[in-house]
Amino acid sequence: MQLSLPATARRRPAATVRAIGLGLAMALITAACTGTVIDADAEVDVEAVTLTLITHESFVVSDGVFELFTEQTGIKVDVLAAGDAGEVVSRAVLSSGDPEGDVLFGIDNTFLQRGLDANLFLPHYSAGLESVPDELKLDPQNRVTPMGVSDVCVNYWIDALGPTPPPTSLEDLASPAFAGAFVTQNPESSSPGFAFLLATVSHFGEDGWEDYWRQLVANDVAVTAGWTDAYYGEFVAGGGSRPLVTSYASSPPAEVIFADPPVDEPPTGVLLESCFRQIEFAGILKGTAYPNEAGQLIDFMLGETFQQDVPLNMFVYPANETVSLPIEFTKFGPLSADPITMSPAQIEAGRLDWTQRWTDIVLG
Amino acid sequence: MTQPASVGAAGGTRYPTVAAVLVTVTFFGLLVVWPLASVFQRSLADVGPDRLVDILGRGSVRKALFFTVWQSFASAALTLAIGLPIAHAIARYQFWGRKLIRVVAVVPFVLPTVVVGAAIEAAFSRVGLSLGRSVLAILAAHVFFNVAIVIRVVGGFWAGLDQSPVAAARVLGASPFAAFRWVTLPRLMPSIVGAGVLVFLFSFTSFGVILILGRGGRATLETEIYRNAIFRQEFDVAAVLALVQLLVVAVLSLFAARFQRRHATAQRGRDRRGALPLRTAGQRLHVFGIILLVVGVIGIPVLALVDASLQVGGGYGFGNYRNLLDKVSLLPVSPARSMFTSLWFALIAALIAAVVGLLAAFAVVRAGRVGSWLETLALIPLGVSAVTLGFGYLLAFTVFDLRRSPWLIPLAHAVVGVPFVLASVVPALRGIDDRFRQAAAALGAPPGRVLLLIDWPLIRRAAFTGAGFAFAVSLGEFGATTFLSRGEESFTAPLAIFRLLSQPGDLLRGQALALSVLIGLMVAGIAAILERGRGEEVGLL
Repeated sequence: MQLSLPATARRRPAATVRAIGLGLAMALITAACTGTVIDADAEVDVEAVTLTLITHESFVVSDGVFELFTEQTGIKVDVLAAGDAGEVVSRAVLSSGDPEGDVLFGIDNTFLQRGLDANLFLPHYSAGLESVPDELKLDPQNRVTPMGVSDVCVNYWIDALGPTPPPTSLEDLASPAFAGAFVTQNPESSSPGFAFLLATVSHFGEDGWEDYWRQLVANDVAVTAGWTDAYYGEFVAGGGSRPLVTSYASSPPAEVIFADPPVDEPPTGVLLESCFRQIEFAGILKGTAYPNEAGQLIDFMLGETFQQDVPLNMFVYPANETVSLPIEFTKFGPLSADPITMSPAQIEAGRLDWTQRWTDIVLG
Repeated sequence: MTQPASVGAAGGTRYPTVAAVLVTVTFFGLLVVWPLASVFQRSLADVGPDRLVDILGRGSVRKALFFTVWQSFASAALTLAIGLPIAHAIARYQFWGRKLIRVVAVVPFVLPTVVVGAAIEAAFSRVGLSLGRSVLAILAAHVFFNVAIVIRVVGGFWAGLDQSPVAAARVLGASPFAAFRWVTLPRLMPSIVGAGVLVFLFSFTSFGVILILGRGGRATLETEIYRNAIFRQEFDVAAVLALVQLLVVAVLSLFAARFQRRHATAQRGRDRRGALPLRTAGQRLHVFGIILLVVGVIGIPVLALVDASLQVGGGYGFGNYRNLLDKVSLLPVSPARSMFTSLWFALIAALIAAVVGLLAAFAVVRAGRVGSWLETLALIPLGVSAVTLGFGYLLAFTVFDLRRSPWLIPLAHAVVGVPFVLASVVPALRGIDDRFRQAAAALGAPPGRVLLLIDWPLIRRAAFTGAGFAFAVSLGEFGATTFLSRGEESFTAPLAIFRLLSQPGDLLRGQALALSVLIGLMVAGIAAILERGRGEEVGLL
């Protein structure tokens, strides 16, 4: 498998040099014409700076949060939220060196290595990192800063299991008691689907995961393209018949928060032994004209106001552990104490091979 | 009886034609060619012949190409087979529900695949067919989403077809079938091919249907481009696949344009009798069968959706609709507001598509060989993937910072709307007997007046049909919008539906269903208004 680095990464410098050359020429002409001397040391006018925050479409902040940042620093924030997390990374890689914006929010640990390899980010140390658990800090050079945490876990619909006790391990999913019960997503088109595949690779090891999937197939596992058609199609929630689905640790809280009519308890539970840890990061995009201001934005997003706003808007847990959680999250959606993990470098090295083999086993 | 298509005629004024060509070329050059060129230039720069052979030689690529082409042909053929009888019935017979069919047919066009895919699967499983990963589900979905194109484009043309040659053939002893086969069908062919090409292209670049109903087990060029560009980030592979896509589209549309040009027939006049009332029991039975067909293909999934949207907490009610006014934390705006954003974008997109499309239609008809190329150019955006074009906008529009303009979304939607205006208007325009124009000119009418008095009344209904489609395309568009949206002020209803269905909770699901029904109603409403604006059969002169 060959991973082709974007042509841009190699060809940009020349273009940049040309652009700078052109810019200089224009500046000289302007200077010559007007007869003024350009003050090379002119400070960037902080009042006028507007930062563009590139992020995925799931990014939402409450009104007033970024306004507070503007009040504190004079820097405005323009949010450009488009595409899913994978698309955001692809766009950033494709336009690396000449980025669409100044800060990227939402690259997760499954894509992280790719962003680092493509040299997308500038290092930045936030003082707020003191309040972030060490296991979330995956880049020792601080090119990216952890912003949110979530767990991808198998969920079950309590009533639909009947007398059968809920599964307690990944192995259980392949047992006859749960034949035809489980639906998961294609790892190439779905982020939770990919996380679940990584969970199985990590748990069963290089030698065991393929056998496990063969057992799942024999146990009539269903596969959908994305989360929505799994949860609302095959899973009991949307009228389907399968009581087990790959979703998130935050799904039971969402079932309570977005219940209609209101409920006291979620109808679903989480198989904590299946949880794969996802960590979302933000980073300053190389090529920005405002690295300092971008750093201030990162600091702000790691601070209490923004972090407190994260759970109910994006359904991930704050990276800053001093922040208090909404009651539904503490009560119904604890993160796994011992999640399954894998290093970004390992993920990147195995990605194409594993998904290819998965496709051969499950869809072949 | 047949006249060669009028080329370069009409008053002998060349400047308006040149201007129309320039507008068309500028529009598509800026919004299609330039972005595509940017993508290819960047992603293919390091692709040598070896790499090209390696990519094209991959089994997965050949398999995807083969499946893409055949499922698109099958989808187009099936859609024509089901759509043509419906188009015939509503063009030729007067019966209750005739206009309703024309209006309801466009509703599937705007419904999100994530919402309807489940309805289609459920409908199949109710009759005992488990679809799994079968191709049948994909084809059925393509028929459902696209049958309106055949019903409206061919049906509209058919309704305006002069019936006197058919009557003449019958008098001379031809059976009804022979009269259809040798008199009606040849004259219908340009619009049938036009509609067929559109259905083919929509199936060719279909994304959600392939993924959701194919369960990830079916790959097309479109899904492979996405997989390589996003998951694998092998941009050069994605770009080569996009080139292959472009090539297929170009060949197909050039062929279609030549075919249409050769088979274009000028008509003496238009049918003044319009549709006939039902007389015999056989005709009644025939129409009843057609109505059942429409109910089966379009009605059942749509009704299932409406039914689901009205369910609240074990009973029925309008709770989901009331909830649309509340902004949930997941969305940047309330679902209701996203609906108005969509409406606004769709109106602008339809207007742009109508103006550019009419100009392009004149250019296509009058500019001879250049015209065929323009027709091909206009079809390209339908045949290239939203990802390719999305990345293209990202790379190209940094120059004027158009990327940040709120106009970019309606403009991008209009690009996809123009082919519909062309497919409706060009056959109508070619169908105008040039002698009408010559007569008007001989009687002293200046070219502008000829256009207004001869051409416009004869193409008006076709223009409305095309604009209606452009509206519908914009209202339902997801793929390009997700790339171009930038939050609050450009958060459209399809984005809201997708986002609502990304977290658990009946409140969210209910809102998504209600919102889907409302955009369906919205497009039906616009179709109904346009239906009135079309007027009844416009008599000649």
